[in-house]
Amino acid sequence: MSELTELTLKDALDGLAAGRFSSEELTRAHVEAMEAARELNAYVLETPERALEMAKASDGRRARGEAGRLDGAPLGIKDLFCTEGVRSTACSRILGNFTPTYESSVTANLWRDGAVMLGKLNMDEFAMGSSNETSAFGPVVNPWRIEGGNAKLTPGGSSGGSAAAVAAQLCLGATATDTGGSIRQPAAFTGTVGIKPTYGRCSRWGIVAFASSLDQAGPIARTVEDAAILLTSMAGHDPKDSTSLPVETPDFASFCGKSVKGLRVGIPKEYRVDGMPAEIEALWQQGINWLKDAGCEIVEVSLPHTKYALPAYYIVAPAEASSNLARYDGMRYGLRVDGANLTETYENTRAEGFGAEVKRRILIGTYVLSAGYYDAYYLKAQKVRRRIADDFDQAFEKVDALLTPTAPSAAFALGEKSDDPVAMYLNDIFTVTVNLAGLPGMSIPAGLDANGLPLGLQLIGKALDEGTLFSIGSAVEKAADFKARPQKWW
Amino acid sequence: MAIDAATVKKVARLARIAEPDDKLEPLARELSGILDWIEQLNEVDTDGVAPMTSAVAASLPMRDDVVTDGGDPAKVLANAPKTERGFFVVPKVVE
Repeated sequence: MSELTELTLKDALDGLAAGRFSSEELTRAHVEAMEAARELNAYVLETPERALEMAKASDGRRARGEAGRLDGAPLGIKDLFCTEGVRSTACSRILGNFTPTYESSVTANLWRDGAVMLGKLNMDEFAMGSSNETSAFGPVVNPWRIEGGNAKLTPGGSSGGSAAAVAAQLCLGATATDTGGSIRQPAAFTGTVGIKPTYGRCSRWGIVAFASSLDQAGPIARTVEDAAILLTSMAGHDPKDSTSLPVETPDFASFCGKSVKGLRVGIPKEYRVDGMPAEIEALWQQGINWLKDAGCEIVEVSLPHTKYALPAYYIVAPAEASSNLARYDGMRYGLRVDGANLTETYENTRAEGFGAEVKRRILIGTYVLSAGYYDAYYLKAQKVRRRIADDFDQAFEKVDALLTPTAPSAAFALGEKSDDPVAMYLNDIFTVTVNLAGLPGMSIPAGLDANGLPLGLQLIGKALDEGTLFSIGSAVEKAADFKARPQKWW
Repeated sequence: MAIDAATVKKVARLARIAEPDDKLEPLARELSGILDWIEQLNEVDTDGVAPMTSAVAASLPMRDDVVTDGGDPAKVLANAPKTERGFFVVPKVVE
């Protein structure tokens, strides 16, 4: 029943509620799709038995009238989330066959609401990357191809497996995480919707840490409403994460389709960067016109420190990463490579366990935090971070949300940028500002480029105002009427 | 060039990552490239700006100082590379 994988999450939940099919049937269809798509390398671990078991349990709950918000919906889980009894590796060799004895709070929330787990999704190692090429399991292949071509393209990163699986209909939705753009850039590259909520909306407990002041979980889905349904379940205060915000989670889906008339949308002029493809510029203008037609007031705003966001990020994130990743010492879990003494054992373990990009970031982080350099780099970056957050505060005195492109290009070929770290980092030029300021950001598929590849537009909101993003996001979605899907070649 | 091979060697030691000698020079070039690009932060006037240390304005919550978890050594040790009689086994630390 392949048509079951073509449903949106919303339609699938409606179909389950109406008894048109069971979760077992729905799950089986997705398991088959997942198993037939191994060429994409989206899943690093398939858990079909567990999925069918969860589906049967869901059908039982539904029969008893106890169905939850996501009951019976098969989802994919990024391998950064710890799942009890199911191998969780962050796609790093250093975690080996690490099998958590606990469940992350976000995934626990999904299971509480009845969702079904299909498996664990590929990603850049420790979420460090923009192309999925740093994964210890090899890169994910984007289900999209250039029209008439067969070159393998990146699905983006770090949540490349999540985005590819959603785009290729290998799950109804997926969890993802975003430290500098890792939800939104892959969503843009695969024609899917992704939202990074306000820092603190989703608990970080049980998510493998990369840069703790920037990491935030969120969903990738095929529609704005599906993303809203998923985020409503994923979010919520968690006493186990001291940065989790003690606020109520609204029903985000209730904001979808609401009128956006009279809302003020800012266009930050600094996001018009040199060398941006004309098609992206044109799509951005198209987005402005759509929102004008929907009754929004368009206001030009200035975020003067935008160009400093990426360099500030490449101090803050590696500094936090070097500290967070100090825990991988080969003593309590994961890989251990013995040396002649304790220090050598540490050094050998970490040399063999970490990939090149992770090592690069740990070295940068260690350097900028080392004696004599702390003020020049780390403290300076924290001050620039404040400047960037202040820019947003000032803009949001005048507007309700901001509209920008999500990424400076469409999906590029695997291998195209892997030799130049800075060129790779520039992928996050439009997304990283939001992480530094702790704000919510959403990518919505808005059109195709001349090669037939999807492009995304980004909406940025005030802290804790995801609701407005869902309203404007559904207005963009409606106007764009983005129906294109990748042609199945796998 | 912001950092040389000797600095990379020192930083790699601090980070407890074994880097073979023939990798130090290429790494120094790579890291210098990144650090040179980061140098543009010096263009930003940050006099009198308070460093931003957290993405949320909320102050850290306090909880009662009581035991909330624990008592499950099997779970704690479940993923250990080497264990013995309920303990982690690690290389000798004291001579």
